Amino acid sequence: MSGTIVIAMQRNGELLTSSFEAITAARGVKEAGDTLAVVIVAADPQSLAGPLSVGGVDEVIAVRASDDFQPDLIEAVLDDLIGQRKPALILVPHGVDAWSFAPATAARNGLGFSTDVLALRREGGDLVATRAGYAEKVLMDIDFPGKETVLLTLRTNVFEPAAGQAQATVTELAAPSADIATKHEGWKPPADAGGIDIPGAEFILSIGRGVADEANVEQFLELADKMGATLGCSRPIADNGWLPKARQVGQSGRLAANCRLYVAMGVSGSVQHQWGMKHVENIVAVNTDPEASIFSIARYGIVGDMFEIAAELENHF
Amino acid sequence: MKILVPVKQIASLDDQFEMRDDGRDVDDDYFEKDLNEFDHFSVEQALLIKEAAGDGVEVVVAIVGDDDADDALRTVLAKGADRGIRVWDDALAGADGIVVAKILAKLVEREKPDMVFTGAQSTDFGSAATGMALAGILGWPHAAVVSHLDYTPGAPSATLRRELEGGLEEVMSIRCPAVLSIQLGINQPRYASLRGIKQAKQKQVDELSPDDLGLGEDDLRPASNVRRMYVPERGKAELITGTAAEQAARLAEIIKEIRGM
Ligand SMILES: Cc1cc2nc3c(=O)[nH]c(=O)nc-3n(C[C@H](O)[C@H](O)[C@H](O)COP(=O)(O)OP(=O)(O)OC[C@H]3O[C@@H](n4cnc5c(N)ncnc54)[C@H](O)[C@@H]3O)c2cc1C
Ligand SMILES: Nc1ncnc2c1ncn2[C@@H]1O[C@H](COP(=O)(O)O)[C@@H](O)[C@H]1O
Repeated sequence: MSGTIVIAMQRNGELLTSSFEAITAARGVKEAGDTLAVVIVAADPQSLAGPLSVGGVDEVIAVRASDDFQPDLIEAVLDDLIGQRKPALILVPHGVDAWSFAPATAARNGLGFSTDVLALRREGGDLVATRAGYAEKVLMDIDFPGKETVLLTLRTNVFEPAAGQAQATVTELAAPSADIATKHEGWKPPADAGGIDIPGAEFILSIGRGVADEANVEQFLELADKMGATLGCSRPIADNGWLPKARQVGQSGRLAANCRLYVAMGVSGSVQHQWGMKHVENIVAVNTDPEASIFSIARYGIVGDMFEIAAELENHF
Repeated sequence: MKILVPVKQIASLDDQFEMRDDGRDVDDDYFEKDLNEFDHFSVEQALLIKEAAGDGVEVVVAIVGDDDADDALRTVLAKGADRGIRVWDDALAGADGIVVAKILAKLVEREKPDMVFTGAQSTDFGSAATGMALAGILGWPHAAVVSHLDYTPGAPSATLRRELEGGLEEVMSIRCPAVLSIQLGINQPRYASLRGIKQAKQKQVDELSPDDLGLGEDDLRPASNVRRMYVPERGKAELITGTAAEQAARLAEIIKEIRGM
């Protein structure tokens, strides 16, 4: 039981940055003499092997298949590697693709397992992972007693992407025969933004489920307008149809790429929302719950009612 | 025709809370329990399929949880699910998604559903694991984070959309029976009617133990162990205090300063 395997992810033949983050995480817990192998499944895996030879990677395992995401195929590759190489650790970026194949692999092979891991280290030889709980209000350190192989999915945007040329050998692996039950039929890009520009906005006022009712949304549109802000929102507000999807900030919405000031009202601060705004230099959180996780990334915090604050704020603009 | 919908009762923390003496979880006294938000959407999806088919589709809901979890089960029975199953034993106190998946796999063997819908994740721990772990054990086709579904009961395949990062969706066909994890916003979940709530009380709920399902101690061991749980170091958020008027005045100042107004 030794060695680490990182599963690199690609979409349409392009490597996802999170693949390089996983390499960094793997290197951080690598023990002396351990090998670090990266697996890539793609239509032209050889062309991706070079870019993946970074950050102390010893071997790139190139599996020639389709660029389409096929969970059954990745699982078959993993089943074989687990059987043949008995790796101590398998790391996968916690993207939507991993949600589909990582738990299936872990359950079928009886692996030590956790998802959305945000820190990884050794404590007296034991592998210890940290993940969040209770809507990000607590952290927990977990270990995997008695497990010979541990599979973890890693939160994205936490580990630095690996850099620095390595001298990895490349192993070509034939795609295993797998019973593939899914078929890619096409893409549906996000709907047109209709002039709403979250990525370009420097100042965003964002509302979450604290707004409580569709009828309450209008006053925040007006407040944003008055202050010269772009109104953003969390996912439930867009899902309810109270605001267009183009205003949604987060993993499945937009990235507040150019934002310098982000005022979040009635937003709890889920990982997926943070994905779109955590990097903003000036975050102000207004929330009635002093334990809301949004406060942990905010520069300024107001424990209070968003309606009262909004009503008062209006008088200043 | 049958659709099995596993649902979870999640725990959210009160505004103030304390850790348990062993430091490995929050003290029980500070929990509020509720149906996992995602499960409103998975149950709704099953009910929509049942209604569109006219008749002959049974929606069975299942939960792994103690007595308290009956509330979550009754909530979805009140919306229109036909029948419930609750599996519990105190030995399940530390169960994770993998253990729950093993139990659900036994229920699938018993119930032989045509489809299984889970939530894409739970809002307390966000594991996003149980449904796809179940599929892995069963060897069933599976797709996670399903944001759109075209499925006619009994059809050999379905067409769905998986929601990826950045709002991009992939259109995918999948062989059935399958396990799908359902994403928020796929539909508009209904509220239970008063009549539904009344009827839910009469609906059948089978209570089973892991033992009844042929699962032993070894099967109930989770895939990880919690060493300690703790409140993270809060960032450097500078708290703005005072009355709402004072807080808003300070906020306005900050905005104007950063905006260079
Ligand atoms: C694959 C995937 C992708 C996702 N993508 C996104 C995404 O892109 N963007 C996104 O936002 N979410 C996304 N989500 C959903 C995410 O997990 C959360 O469900 C969501 O972010 C919660 O939104 P919220 O903070 O508005 O609601 P909640 O978590 O319900 O929080 C509401 C907050 O309002 C506070 N509040 C209530 N009343 C008041 C008041 N009067 N004044 C002040 N505060 C008040 C409460 O204390 C609470 O903290 C995604 C989920 C998945 C599974
Ligand atoms: N204890 C449980 N009983 C029944 N279903 C569960 C349970 N835990 C998780 N699930 C299902 O798995 C989904 C995702 O939960 P999780 O894997 O914990 O994030 C939930 O929405 C449920 O459909």
